[in-house]
Amino acid sequence: MSMVIENVTKVVANECHLDNISLQLEQGTFNILLGRTLSGKTTLMRLMAGLDRPTRGRILVNGQDVTGVSVRKRDVAMVYQQFINYPSMTIYKNIASPLRLAKVAEKEIDRRVREVAEMLHIEALLDRLPVELSGGQQQRTAIARALVKDAGLLLLDEPLVNLDYKLREELRSEMREIFKRRESIVVYATTEPQEALALGGNTAVLHQGRLEQFGPTIDVYQHPQSTRIAQAFSDPAMNFVSGRIDSGCLQLSDTSQVPLLSHFKHLKPGDYQFGMRANHLHLTRQTETDIQLDAQIDLAEISGSETFLHVVHKQHHWTVQQQGIHKYPMNEQIKIYANQTQLYAFDLEGHLLAAPVEDSPKN
Amino acid sequence: MNKWENNKAWFMVIPVFLVVAVSAIIPLMTVVNYSLQDIFGPGQRVFVGLEWYQDALTDPRLHAALNRQLLFSTLVLLIEIPLGILIALMMPKKGWGASLSLVLVALPLLIPWNVIGTIWIIFMRPDIGLLGAAVNGMGIPFDHTASPFAAWVTVMLMEVWHWTPLVVLLAYAGLQAIPDAYFQAARIDGASAWGIFRYIQLPKLRGVLTIAVLLRFMDSFLIYAEPFVLTGGGPGNSTTFLSIYLVKLAVGQFDLGPAAAFSIIYFLIVLLFSWLFYQALLKVGTGDKS
Repeated sequence: MSMVIENVTKVVANECHLDNISLQLEQGTFNILLGRTLSGKTTLMRLMAGLDRPTRGRILVNGQDVTGVSVRKRDVAMVYQQFINYPSMTIYKNIASPLRLAKVAEKEIDRRVREVAEMLHIEALLDRLPVELSGGQQQRTAIARALVKDAGLLLLDEPLVNLDYKLREELRSEMREIFKRRESIVVYATTEPQEALALGGNTAVLHQGRLEQFGPTIDVYQHPQSTRIAQAFSDPAMNFVSGRIDSGCLQLSDTSQVPLLSHFKHLKPGDYQFGMRANHLHLTRQTETDIQLDAQIDLAEISGSETFLHVVHKQHHWTVQQQGIHKYPMNEQIKIYANQTQLYAFDLEGHLLAAPVEDSPKN
Repeated sequence: MNKWENNKAWFMVIPVFLVVAVSAIIPLMTVVNYSLQDIFGPGQRVFVGLEWYQDALTDPRLHAALNRQLLFSTLVLLIEIPLGILIALMMPKKGWGASLSLVLVALPLLIPWNVIGTIWIIFMRPDIGLLGAAVNGMGIPFDHTASPFAAWVTVMLMEVWHWTPLVVLLAYAGLQAIPDAYFQAARIDGASAWGIFRYIQLPKLRGVLTIAVLLRFMDSFLIYAEPFVLTGGGPGNSTTFLSIYLVKLAVGQFDLGPAAAFSIIYFLIVLLFSWLFYQALLKVGTGDKS
């Protein structure tokens, strides 16, 4: 199965939910829709599933126009943010339900249900009711129900968002394995850049109903085409600083000039915006060539085993990501160090002009 | 903290305790007291033990009233619960239509019970009543004061008209609480409208329907005002339900002892049936494990 979305627009009550989206998804690929809440992820999924019709544009499956075809006639399975199972059916019956409705032979149903249940580690729970399971197990059941259909298109709408951190990590890594072996197109919506990076595949960045960029996840991460994408696909969001390039030298904000490095060599003299990821900013000098910036501490936020230090430099608000838990006095003046090799350059309209040679997501 | 401070908690409990005692425990105990005595007048009473209970349990008129009552409550549940769910399913889910239909449906619940009886007396009159005259005009003799069948039909119609809205409101609230994703998931699975009802809506309504069945059972089992106004228990004894018979016994004949014993038995019957219903409803929908 291949799916082509052609210039699709969705308007609901004079509000544009999707704006002229074109996207091509190939068989056997894992595709992530990345964007904040209300960016249009769910709307796009509903159109893909056939639950809604686009206001304008077409959707093609294997070259055939399916824009008006009802969801019942499509080859689709979907997993939701909420744990959706039939409340009065046992786990076994829940997983078997799409096959029963498709009139599959009872023997075949039994084989497939047990196979999927085993894959999702719920084979011991088949006789229970959904209410008797934990949230994670309920979502495993819902995923099993979607997988058992072997549909050409599998949609997952933020399936892990209602699970706690540990379960999320666990199920995420399992899903990567499960989907690797699939023939279908998998579409996975998430708000979290880290999740997209962990899952790999392709990523489509959505912002306010618009498709900003689509490509292999790591490419989108390393070459965000605009400041908006760079901010969306970076957690914490990418930091920006204005700067100048002049006669072979780079000047960030009010710092002293340093000689240009190779990935910036092609940039013409002028004003630019430079992007710095939070994990590339440091409080101590790392190398001789680091650029030193003055800043004032605004807030230190502890998240898991990391500390996000929010600082202010002139009118810019930045976040510095630090390993480990640290305490910082508020309003203290500090020095921050950035390295030119890790800088992104954007023009003043926000288009990417140069990216670091290598930017691995794992710090 | 000393003991006196601890005892202060009693002052918080005592008001509620007094209210419950005066409104429930003391009256109930008085009735128990009456049910064990033969009362001729003030100060003239004889202890008779369980004699009144024996009488009540062997009273053929009480048996007849109990059978009528059981038939009535069964019909009420069989009609009102499915009808209430059906109406709730057909009501608009949002917009002004939802508010309008809610108000319209709830109207019968806002009318005092004796007024409802009066409305239906007039409505069903064979000479001037809107429905009564219409039915008689079609050549079908229909008079709830003369025919026991007509009296039953009228009481049932009135009861259904009056109380189905309660089931509708409960079911409607239950349906509104089901997340939309359930319906989407069912459509993607290819489930039919019946399948959606049977496997999503009905199981999700279990909680509110348990309440609806219990409320409608208890209320219909205790029904008094509307049939009393409409038929007075007649014609003959055809619509004499338990509470009507009880009032006839206590107020009409002033047999306080037998009436008290009857009340206790009545109370125990309602308690027993409610408990049975509750136990049965708890198991519905969890036995689907085969």
